[in-house]
Amino acid sequence: MYISHLSLLDFRSYAAVDVELEPGPNAFVGRNGQGKTNLVEAIGYVATLGSHRVANDAPLVRAGAERAVVRTRIVRGDRASTVELEITPGRANRARINRGQLGRSRDVLGILRTVLFAPEDLSLVKGDPDGRRKLMDQLVVQLLPRAAGLLADYDRVIRQRSALLKSMRALRGPLSGVDMSTLEVWNAKAAQLGAQVLAMRLQVVQALRPEVAAAYDQVSESDGHAELAYRSSLETALSDAARPDDVAGSILPADPRAVPPSAEELERLLLDAMAAMRAQEVERGVSLVGPHRDDLVLVLGGLPAKGYASHGESWSFALALRLASYRLLGGSSPAGAMQESTALPTGLPTPLSTGSTTPRFWNDDFGTGAEPVLILDDVFAELDLRRRVRLAELVAPAGQVLITAAVPDDVPSGLMATRFDVVTGSVTRAA
Amino acid sequence: MYEGAVQDLIDELGRLPGVGPKSAQRIAFHLLAADAADVRRLADALLEVKARVRFCEVCGNVAESERCRVCLDPRRSDEVICVVEEPKDVVAIERTREFRGRYHVLGGAINPIENVGPDDLRIKELLGRLADGRVQEVILATDPNVEGEATATYLARLMVPMGVTVSRLASGLPVGGDLEYADEVTLGRAFEGRRVVGR
Ligand SMILES: Nc1ncnc2c1ncn2[C@@H]1O[C@H](COP(=O)(O)OP(=O)(O)OP(=O)(O)O)[C@@H](O)[C@H]1O
Ligand SMILES: [Mg+2]
Ligand SMILES: [Zn+2]
Repeated sequence: MYISHLSLLDFRSYAAVDVELEPGPNAFVGRNGQGKTNLVEAIGYVATLGSHRVANDAPLVRAGAERAVVRTRIVRGDRASTVELEITPGRANRARINRGQLGRSRDVLGILRTVLFAPEDLSLVKGDPDGRRKLMDQLVVQLLPRAAGLLADYDRVIRQRSALLKSMRALRGPLSGVDMSTLEVWNAKAAQLGAQVLAMRLQVVQALRPEVAAAYDQVSESDGHAELAYRSSLETALSDAARPDDVAGSILPADPRAVPPSAEELERLLLDAMAAMRAQEVERGVSLVGPHRDDLVLVLGGLPAKGYASHGESWSFALALRLASYRLLGGSSPAGAMQESTALPTGLPTPLSTGSTTPRFWNDDFGTGAEPVLILDDVFAELDLRRRVRLAELVAPAGQVLITAAVPDDVPSGLMATRFDVVTGSVTRAA
Repeated sequence: MYEGAVQDLIDELGRLPGVGPKSAQRIAFHLLAADAADVRRLADALLEVKARVRFCEVCGNVAESERCRVCLDPRRSDEVICVVEEPKDVVAIERTREFRGRYHVLGGAINPIENVGPDDLRIKELLGRLADGRVQEVILATDPNVEGEATATYLARLMVPMGVTVSRLASGLPVGGDLEYADEVTLGRAFEGRRVVGR
């Protein structure tokens, strides 16, 4: 799919702007602070109903204005749809699809799919587990939109369970029968929903591993052996309970082709782990086991990227994570490029992305024209010349890729055929 | 801040569920501008409901005497009890005309964040109603959200060992929502398609 038209009203620094975009590469060029990121942020918002930069909507509305409007025209195969989104901080956003009525904003989810890489993504590598959990969960939802309800319910169960643990801690006495049976009910819910979340994450991680390894090698022009591991609070809990043999490294199998445990198995393990951790959980008043305490560990050459990788390596890893997500969501890559350089640690005969037999909760056939729009904000300035050229080759076949850059010379000329100059809130197509 | 009586009214209105400060102000000024007779009718209705209406001593539903309309109705079956969170859920289920048994209103759901535990709900009263063995089935019709599900699981674990059939409304209700928002057809279908969780 691609965006053929974008118009903004009172969004960020734009009072009003209209842009006609092309399929393939589109480059937005302009000095710092001119409004390049604002443009792609608006597009990302239509896809995800959130900004990649801020958690609340107020900064998205132009200073002094009351609401912002983002209109996009999205072409998928031979069909076009328009999505108009009204952003009013403090109130429910509203959306209009095609010529329909203004309605609930969440109805637009799924119409536009994007994968956005921005400098903020460096925190995927260097930051807290929270960002990496979000990366996995967002992929789960993009692959299966109705999983959003499951994630929300799980989150709610954990907050209820933690509130219960806190009140138990405050009691400071032996637990009553009613308390125990209430806790067991919340354990059952947390295990049931948590196992489903965990099972889906593991399948996503398994599918992502070969793509990340390949993408890392391509953007960094090395054999960096970028690997993903899943650190589960389940493993820690059960090995504390002196049952290391049951679980050691078994949550995410070492073999990227192996089938991860099923939701039923995980539910059982989660219940065991909660039983093993009961005293600690009551003592601390916190839910200590479950996917909300897990982490996606990024490994480079056998060492954790966080704390070990150089700035450039961290940067390449963050970019590789997004490019791999793009591939997983049905994005195209240059013929054979991803496959050829796939460097799997175990030297598997064929890359996973083509020959996998692992079960997947999503359907790999996303339909014609479902390929997401790829957005690369400020990516090229960070790369040396060779890597710029490599990245340009990689993204050139994308159905649509939107690129921002402060310095035009940073972007390989192959990506500059459609170029826009961005100057203080105006966007003009360069001849 | 307004003077005395006006601010008192705004404060009182603002304590009602679903009424924010802005709405409270709007309602207060609406009442100020209204006919004295209209305002009196509203005030009378408020006092009347407090004086006349109470909770059914059997099921916890709203009632105008010791027992509610449903509990007093001799045509209804004593063999099935439908457990709901609030009296408004009774109204929603009655609209479907699908159910001919009795109700039991818990007065909420297990909700540790709001400090509501099983002891704060009318669970003992429910178990008491099962004691004489006449009740054959208990239908758990708590809300289709996290708290309603947890409450249903808690009750099922208590009641199944007592030898009564326990069932739960079929899924298909709007998830994460309130029972009262489900339309009649959907709710009726959820009743018909209820599944047994244990007996
Ligand atoms: N709500 C708002 N109202 C008005 N102006 C805003 C608003 N939010 C951001 N801006 C302005 O937008 C500008 C930033 O735009 P943007 O982040 O798109 O810059 P950029 O072109 O991507 O720059 P860089 O090359 O540094 O990344 C800033 O000058 C900022 O003051
Ligand atoms: Mg920028
Ligand atoms: Zn009654």
